Amino acid sequence: MSELFTLPVLLGILYSGIRLATPYLYAAIGEALSQRAGVLNLGVEGIMLMGAYAAFFVAWRTENLWLGLGAAALVGAAMGLMMAYISVTLRAVQGISGIGLHLFGLGLSTLLFKTTMGGVQSISGFKPIRIPILADIPLIGEQMFNHSILVYLAFLLVPVAHWVLNGTTLGLKIRAVGQNPAAADSLGVSVMKIRYLMVSVGGMFAGIAGASLSIALINLFQENMTNGQGFIAVALVYFGGWKPWGVLGGALLFSFVQALQLWIQVKDINIPSDIAVMMPYLLTILALTFAVRRSDQPAALTKPFERGEA
Amino acid sequence: MRTGRGAGLVAVQEEMGGEGALEIAYSESMFNVPDAAAALRDYASQGYDLVIAHGTQYGTSLSQLAPDFPETSFAWGTATNTFQAEGISNVFAYQAEAQQGGYVLGTLAALMSESGVIGVSGPVEAGDAKLYVDGFKFGAENAKAGTQVNVSYTGSFSDVSLMAAAAETHVAAGADMLTGSSQSVVGAIGVAKDKGAFWFGTQWEQTSLAPEAVVASQVYDWTGIIKDMIASHQAGVMGGKAYTLTFKNGGLVIAYNDAIEVPAEALAAADAAIAGIQDGSVKPLP
Repeated sequence: MSELFTLPVLLGILYSGIRLATPYLYAAIGEALSQRAGVLNLGVEGIMLMGAYAAFFVAWRTENLWLGLGAAALVGAAMGLMMAYISVTLRAVQGISGIGLHLFGLGLSTLLFKTTMGGVQSISGFKPIRIPILADIPLIGEQMFNHSILVYLAFLLVPVAHWVLNGTTLGLKIRAVGQNPAAADSLGVSVMKIRYLMVSVGGMFAGIAGASLSIALINLFQENMTNGQGFIAVALVYFGGWKPWGVLGGALLFSFVQALQLWIQVKDINIPSDIAVMMPYLLTILALTFAVRRSDQPAALTKPFERGEA
Repeated sequence: MRTGRGAGLVAVQEEMGGEGALEIAYSESMFNVPDAAAALRDYASQGYDLVIAHGTQYGTSLSQLAPDFPETSFAWGTATNTFQAEGISNVFAYQAEAQQGGYVLGTLAALMSESGVIGVSGPVEAGDAKLYVDGFKFGAENAKAGTQVNVSYTGSFSDVSLMAAAAETHVAAGADMLTGSSQSVVGAIGVAKDKGAFWFGTQWEQTSLAPEAVVASQVYDWTGIIKDMIASHQAGVMGGKAYTLTFKNGGLVIAYNDAIEVPAEALAAADAAIAGIQDGSVKPLP
């Protein structure tokens, strides 16, 4: 066990953990924004897949990674808009419609992959950018400050989302709509507009989360490549108490344990691989059971709003 | 890209004279067993002569529906059970001795490695994948004493992201030769390419995914088995045979990437390993 706590291993965990956390951060921060406005979108996984496909396909065809990223954001926002229409305008049960959106994204991305690409292709994705001075910090500099632009933006999204939620008028409206939509409505805040906006923004970030996999971290598209990450992202929102910094903590914890379990196996520590691969998921379940304060949950989460109904 | 069985079927079709001579229909991505069972029943009802269920998880469904279609031959794998003990006579089974090619590729990797560290990323520690991984490790350790073979599993056949992270971890642990099994290795092959490591593939020819990194692949050639199943069916033998892909029967082939030069010593050791496995003097598993 002692060979696990050597400097190269710890630095390796730091590097892999940061990379692994990236798609979770985009998806979970986007989902947190949506949930703070009162809408649970369980379709994140499907949106991620469509985002990953759109980003890859456009970047592959145009050889322009930024166009690919833009395509993922657009497709994600459009799917968010669909979810908003279903859950806000039609007031469908959110959990069920989200699962529908997931299956839609899974099926459509697989179909498009097979018809437009034929098989697995790969591209040269966003290259690592070494940040001067910071990357020269002894030991940890190279692990933390030599990543692709999409990794940095994911971590930057945390303080930005925190500021939007807590330091702006828009944030006040979002929180009011998620907490007490009737009161917000009586003060002239359009519950419908805010929810539409936040579910679309959440969808956009889910799309970008998919793009971070297909054009920055793994640089290919394969059917169902997100493999449940969108659902983990939803869990991380609860884990993080609906707060961006909490989501960051959850995403890092999950990713570091994921990186740790790989090292446990590589270093041949005497733990069966089946147990090792379960570790991050077990930890998430335990944390969700014991650490989450339900009182932090937006009071109107999953509740469709209709004027006059309290 | 049709990997594995699909490619084998197309090859047989071409040999028999194209689509007019042999009609093939596919359903893919059938990870959901009840859906797959329904698809199998549909094919049998439509009068296809041979219905193949490629996946260990389909065995129970097949044993339930095969008796309803005595004129149809069914096949499944990777498995050895033809259900004859249960009185079923129209099911073929097939499997690959994945450890044989694993042993040969492990031999190559050990003799090509400069760091003496090799990284192996498997999906689930069972079946075909485990055979391959165990054979690879044994081959590497036998080829060069002191070779360190690090093995990890992701617990999933489809987690491309975790497979890539596993390959990164192996490289960080000093590996300059990488291998892995399942469809999810595409992520790991990308890591090999980016980090300047060499990759060894299995199940299908993987050179096209990274011509600068893939040294060789163990390729499953299903054509012989499929042809024999069709011939058996035509001769009225509807099932009951368990097939195995090996070097000896030509079902396993090592496909080298011409763009990467393999040292003569490694090549000779790999050829000797294949010959030894064929004549039984080399056992590919510990």
